[in-house]
Amino acid sequence: MARLIVLGGGVAGHTTATFAAKWLGSNHEVVVVTPNAKWNWIPSNIWVGVGQMSKEEVTFDLDPVYKKAGITYKQALAKSLNPEGNADSDTPFVTIEYTGQGKAGETEDLTYDYIVNATGPKLNFAATPGLGDANGLGEHTVSVCTADHAVHASEELTKAIEKMKAGERQKFLIGTGHGMCTCQGAAFEYIFNIEHELNKAGVRDMADIKWISNESFLGDFGMGGLHMKVGGYAVSSKLFAESLFAERNVDWMIGAHVSKVESGSIDYELLDGTTGQETFDFAMLIPPFAGVGIKAFDKAGEDITSTVFAPNGFMKVDANYGAGAYENWKASDWPKTYQNPTYKNMFAAGIAFAPPHLISKPMSSPNGTPINPTPPRTGMPSGIIGKAVAHSVCDLMTKGEDAHLHEASMADMGAACVASAGKGVFTGTAAAMTVYPVVPDFEKYPGTGRDTDYTFGEIGLAGHWIKHILHHLFLWKAQLKPGWTLIPE
Amino acid sequence: MKKEEEVNFGKSDQFSLTMIPGKFAKALRTNVVWQFFRFLAINIKMLVVVSKSH
Ligand SMILES: Cc1cc2nc3c(=O)[nH]c(=O)nc-3n(C[C@H](O)[C@H](O)[C@H](O)COP(=O)(O)OP(=O)(O)OC[C@H]3O[C@@H](n4cnc5c(N)ncnc54)[C@H](O)[C@@H]3O)c2cc1C
Repeated sequence: MARLIVLGGGVAGHTTATFAAKWLGSNHEVVVVTPNAKWNWIPSNIWVGVGQMSKEEVTFDLDPVYKKAGITYKQALAKSLNPEGNADSDTPFVTIEYTGQGKAGETEDLTYDYIVNATGPKLNFAATPGLGDANGLGEHTVSVCTADHAVHASEELTKAIEKMKAGERQKFLIGTGHGMCTCQGAAFEYIFNIEHELNKAGVRDMADIKWISNESFLGDFGMGGLHMKVGGYAVSSKLFAESLFAERNVDWMIGAHVSKVESGSIDYELLDGTTGQETFDFAMLIPPFAGVGIKAFDKAGEDITSTVFAPNGFMKVDANYGAGAYENWKASDWPKTYQNPTYKNMFAAGIAFAPPHLISKPMSSPNGTPINPTPPRTGMPSGIIGKAVAHSVCDLMTKGEDAHLHEASMADMGAACVASAGKGVFTGTAAAMTVYPVVPDFEKYPGTGRDTDYTFGEIGLAGHWIKHILHHLFLWKAQLKPGWTLIPE
Repeated sequence: MKKEEEVNFGKSDQFSLTMIPGKFAKALRTNVVWQFFRFLAINIKMLVVVSKSH
């Protein structure tokens, strides 16, 4: 009997673990190491952040689900990897520190035959002074990155609405809290939900709403923007995004690196090198992402973290990390199997893998401050990669070391994103978007880098209904309810 | 004659350089019959993207 350990029970890790457990049956062991007792459908945190959903509606207990699936569940954080074992044994192991199950603070060494790192992002609030510290979110802004953060954001929003009802104007600043952020889509969805809620509460005219982002143009989304078919034209997402903002009277500032956050104001630097200050009463600024900081040691106990992980903390996989300048970037730089090049029994899935480079054009201010979005790895790619990695590992475990590895390159994969505005079934709308492929391939699709037959965006009730359906479908799937395997990632 | 949906063009230079939907485009977004057909069309497109990605 061999053992597969999956680090992280989020979108990617949960997909890997549940499919691996199903395909391996009781012949092998699947272990999940993840610090939280609950699973969170993160996209719906947006609705929690405007008080339209409760934390309970977007989370569920992991323990019974893993029991049902026959998965060994360790509520713990992975701290370090010893892929060559140690002086006493050649068997690789991971050192974990419990966060629950009555063992909080205790450590344990877990040996493995295969390991998948799906630990997602560290929310690096500490990168911007005042945005937060190493322990998380600071006191001046709110966040929707976790369900608890979103509950706090909703409480602050309620206070702001009360103030407006009492005649006090409020300024809302939503976007990215650093020059190297990704996940603009989440902030984008949040700003339009806020705008919708303020309209509903009858206080929209008492609010100034502003978008601040590290994108060099609105609609970049960390993907270098995209072109979509609208009304017979192929148009840039810049026009699509700007139109959404102008229609709703939401101002924007782009190419911005937030350098400091204080009570009621931020300092920023723009791509042209100018600096300034922007005030706010309510701010939701997404932090930059980094790897979660797992260390690695060789057999002799020497630190080999830089062999296994890239400097940003994400795990190295089969990507081309030596592509060099923007002009040389190719779709084929992107990883296919997500296998670590040094230790072949080690894989990374979802946000945890180190991308070869940005997707957007690299930019920096004349002062040398990099201001560009880092590549997004949204839910659909994370799930698809998680499943492909599960396939590969199961084949390696059942067919032997020469088994064929399954591929899931982001340059051959699309993503569907639905950004809602509001939650009511007939009162909300949404921008439904698909992009194919996520990483543009200019050799295959000269001009836009993407297939414009499958890259489209549309605003309306239809996308909004899809968002509602996806919420229920993905929670159903993650809880392994009947037919879960039929629901695509 | 004032067209409500065009007022925002005048609110900032940034706004005036983009496009803003008119009454008809906005009405289609919330027209349940039209949106029912769009729902089918978008779902089909998304399913194709999903199937091309696996
Ligand atoms: C507010 C918000 C809205 C979003 N909306 C959308 C959307 O509409 N559509 C979309 O496609 N994507 C959306 N995304 C992105 C989507 O949530 C991510 O792409 C997805 O969660 C990434 O999956 P993952 O498994 O890599 O990381 P995660 O889902 O973050 O999972 C990582 C897991 O690892 C655990 N972990 C962390 N450290 C350790 C450790 N040391 N040891 C073990 N476990 C650890 C974490 O607790 C977590 O459970 C949104 C993101 C945010 C923040």
